[in-house]
Amino acid sequence: MVPGLVLHDLDADGDAAALHRLALWAQRLYSPVASPDAPDGLVIDATGAAHLRGGEEKMLIDIRSRLEKVGLQSHVAIADTWGAAHAVARYSRRAIYVVDPSVIGRVISDLPVAALRLPASTVEALGRLGFDTIGELEATPKGPLAHRVGYAPVRRLDQAFGRHAEPIEPVMAPETLTARRAFAEPIGAPETMARYVTQLVAELCAALEAVSLGARRLDAYFVRVDNRTETARIAMASPTRDARRLARLLCERLEYVDPGFGVEKIILAAPGAESLVFKQTDSLGDSDAPTDLSALVDTLTNRLGAGQVYRLASAESDLPERSVRAAPALDAVEEFSWPLDWPRPTRLFARPEPVETVALLPDAPPAAFTWRGVRRRVRCADGPERVFGEWWKADAELARSRDYYQVEDDSGERFWLYRDGDGEDPATGTQRWFIAGIFA
Amino acid sequence: MSLPRSPAALDALRRQVRLIELADSASGRVLPFGVEAIDERLPGQGLAMGALHEVAGGAEGALHGAAAASFAAGILARADGPVLWCLRQRDLFAPALAQAGLPPKRVIFAEAGDEAAILGAMEEGLKYRGLAGVVGEVAKLSMTASRRLQLAAEKSGQMAIAIRRWRRIADAADLGQPTAATTRWRVSALPSSPLPTAGVGRARWLLELMRCRAGEAFDIEIEACDAKGHLRLPTAVADRSVAPQPGQERAAA
Repeated sequence: MVPGLVLHDLDADGDAAALHRLALWAQRLYSPVASPDAPDGLVIDATGAAHLRGGEEKMLIDIRSRLEKVGLQSHVAIADTWGAAHAVARYSRRAIYVVDPSVIGRVISDLPVAALRLPASTVEALGRLGFDTIGELEATPKGPLAHRVGYAPVRRLDQAFGRHAEPIEPVMAPETLTARRAFAEPIGAPETMARYVTQLVAELCAALEAVSLGARRLDAYFVRVDNRTETARIAMASPTRDARRLARLLCERLEYVDPGFGVEKIILAAPGAESLVFKQTDSLGDSDAPTDLSALVDTLTNRLGAGQVYRLASAESDLPERSVRAAPALDAVEEFSWPLDWPRPTRLFARPEPVETVALLPDAPPAAFTWRGVRRRVRCADGPERVFGEWWKADAELARSRDYYQVEDDSGERFWLYRDGDGEDPATGTQRWFIAGIFA
Repeated sequence: MSLPRSPAALDALRRQVRLIELADSASGRVLPFGVEAIDERLPGQGLAMGALHEVAGGAEGALHGAAAASFAAGILARADGPVLWCLRQRDLFAPALAQAGLPPKRVIFAEAGDEAAILGAMEEGLKYRGLAGVVGEVAKLSMTASRRLQLAAEKSGQMAIAIRRWRRIADAADLGQPTAATTRWRVSALPSSPLPTAGVGRARWLLELMRCRAGEAFDIEIEACDAKGHLRLPTAVADRSVAPQPGQERAAA
């Protein structure tokens, strides 16, 4: 008995609508091809989209943690086929599972027949015939099987093992502006595709202009004659409807689009368009206006990936490694809080490296130190610059401190060394020496 | 038609060729260092704007490229406009750039996974008018790649600086290979002049111009960039060029 149990009636329509909204969310964040996998899942075609999130596993972790934040428990898996991913996500024990293509057959063979997206009656019928796992079903001859329980299990098996293609029909928000073109003869040559994409971009930009919107994202769907859909996506740092620029960005992505035996339909969509109104500018040339970098930033971001084009702005911290944060490339970063007259090295190591030193305690700079097997005599030194731990970040930092020294060796190379601790009190640190960076 | 033989006629011809070249490269503009001893030895009395320049560190600087990065930052700090800095690893410390005259509002970083992507990003930045210049940290710089960058820089009149940075000291001999860059610099650390009290003085570099199109190679001892990116001659050696220190001779080229 569960005393606190709350019962709700099944609201199938409400669930479907919520799932649709979730699919739109996934489409915005992860990949143009996202769709509800009714009644309880989402399916996302991550082909060519995972690298924008730092890889497949990172993408799954990201999906799961974002869903968790809004109170949704999820199991996520990535596999070669929709059928396999569906089965692994629901019936394997792991919450996050990136299935290696080489073991996919073995992994799904162990899963129960119910993982195959079959109606309950078919699963029951298969159970009566003695089929418990997908592997057993896969091992039987398909012809007699289809005679006894229908063709559905055979088709689902083929889909799960990738012998039968299964296109994902992407969701489209009703307000999304689209431009589409169907071809009587399939097209495949890169130049032809580029030409039609350019035309569609121009059409879409005209439509955007009519409603004073600018695109933040463009998704192009290339529907192939074999019923697969290839996609290309570009993202912009600020809303735009400059047809030439968008066409150029999109055409750069075309090299990742495989037209196969030909593309019979191209659909171009601008989901999540934002307001962009006309602005009056000085016709004599506004020479004081800052250079508009958005075109360059967009080109580089679409090529290198999200988060790879950035500014480095100052963060409020005295610890050198925490004093720099990456900011979006188009943010205006006017102020910074870094000291201009204290020594700061040109290269700061991501991980300080331990060095062997000869130094007087408590506050003399080292007389010599050994780093990466090379012993260097210190000719002159400056310091210490004492930096205290940030107790508001972690309790362990409460008593900690570091003493930074700038030292120059005999050849003129300059290094930034620090001692973990104040040289007297063991509570302040290990009193070991590290090299933090190299000066110019 | 007889060939002009007199020196005056030859000079006139040279001037004409020079003019054609200047008109071709969209920018005969140069960026002076503000140090007479350097500027007077460079063609056009300064560092050409629409051109590719190579900068490498000497000795261990070939690995970390700290002085080379600071030298490049100092050059672009004196130009107008934003700077695109393309790199592979995020170990450049922004506060030091700010100290060399490049505050955060002037630098955009592009981080790429491989060298080909860095060269591509540099070229994209050079095509894009309105930047002061583009910096890229690369190990390999082939003739083709450098030629592309040089042409893109000539076309847009923006400066391209390739910081050569290798993973192993042995690879640094690569600096001897020919590229299409207009100049090639090497920056090595020298001991700073002793201060009357304890402490470290302004950093001092041995600045070698190893290769210069239409110019002579030279080397000079110089004090590192100040907060506005300006170099300075050490006071003790006002007009004297110092022989290279042991261990900092030119790499066998």
